[in-house]
Amino acid sequence: MRREEFREGLITSIPIALGYLAVSFAFGIHATATGLSPIMSTIISLTSLSSSGQFAGVGIMAAAGSYVELALAVLTINLRYILMSLSLTQKLAPMPLWHKLIIGYAVTDEIYAAAIGRDKDVTRDYYVGLMLLPVLGWTMGTLLGASLGALLPQDVVNALGIALYCMFIALVVPPARKDKSILRAVLLTAALSLALAYLPGVRALSAGWRVILLALAVPAGLAWRDTRAGGTAV
Amino acid sequence: MNNTYLWTAVAVMFVFTYLPRVLPLLLVGKRIKSPFLLAFFRYVPYVVLTSLTIPAIFYSTRTVWGAAAGFVTALWLAARNKPMIQVALAGALAVLVTESLLQLI
Repeated sequence: MRREEFREGLITSIPIALGYLAVSFAFGIHATATGLSPIMSTIISLTSLSSSGQFAGVGIMAAAGSYVELALAVLTINLRYILMSLSLTQKLAPMPLWHKLIIGYAVTDEIYAAAIGRDKDVTRDYYVGLMLLPVLGWTMGTLLGASLGALLPQDVVNALGIALYCMFIALVVPPARKDKSILRAVLLTAALSLALAYLPGVRALSAGWRVILLALAVPAGLAWRDTRAGGTAV
Repeated sequence: MNNTYLWTAVAVMFVFTYLPRVLPLLLVGKRIKSPFLLAFFRYVPYVVLTSLTIPAIFYSTRTVWGAAAGFVTALWLAARNKPMIQVALAGALAVLVTESLLQLI
């Protein structure tokens, strides 16, 4: 084990871990509000380590959705991890298979962004250092929110309900401002999502299916348009 | 909701979160070349996060007005590249302030 690699990962991850602690606190409150126990909420965070995936998953569980709907929704929402892991393979130092099994567990938006932004190859020890505190923060934050949420004033709990969505906004807006094609995708998705949620006939569709439909159709349509126009894709 | 259903659901979530993360690491050695697939995957995160947020964010707190205040605050701070934790807490604070004011009226 190379300690300096591990240390570098650990230090880089501190702001990520703090952000996770705050947002997963809100997730813990949200999950228990839908009827899940604090232990189950915490185990969901420990095993999934994915805000948008487990967030949608908890909604489907609360509506007693089918396993097929749950699996498809979580898989579609997590399709982006395929791309992140794919690009990570181009930067990963050679390592045995079982090390990849561990690293693969912690490919999240923020950890991936930190790893890919590094100026050197990503080693096992660097990545393990990078994932440890965020996993701890995400899990402990959920446990704290799920068990202490009930002790907070109702107004505060109520206001924290928006925190997860605000985190999504923080992830989407900066790249959308920099890149017109992403802005177009975001605006198109927002319009279609509103239409699907309120127009008669389609409004019976559950939120889980709505996300699945949009996450497949919008990127496919825009990617078709991009590549047909002959422009470069990335 | 019975426990068997819930724990199976937790396992389903784990499997379908872990597989897309780990399979590319295990299977892929070379670069993907298809321009269509590259473009498709590049759009996915933004489409997912947007469709999760809209319209659900407006029902995430007690009143639509409070949620709208949080939404605008988050948009404004995110546009100024503020860190995730700051955007999240400021959004919640905007909700708290707006809904407290509404109760006074």
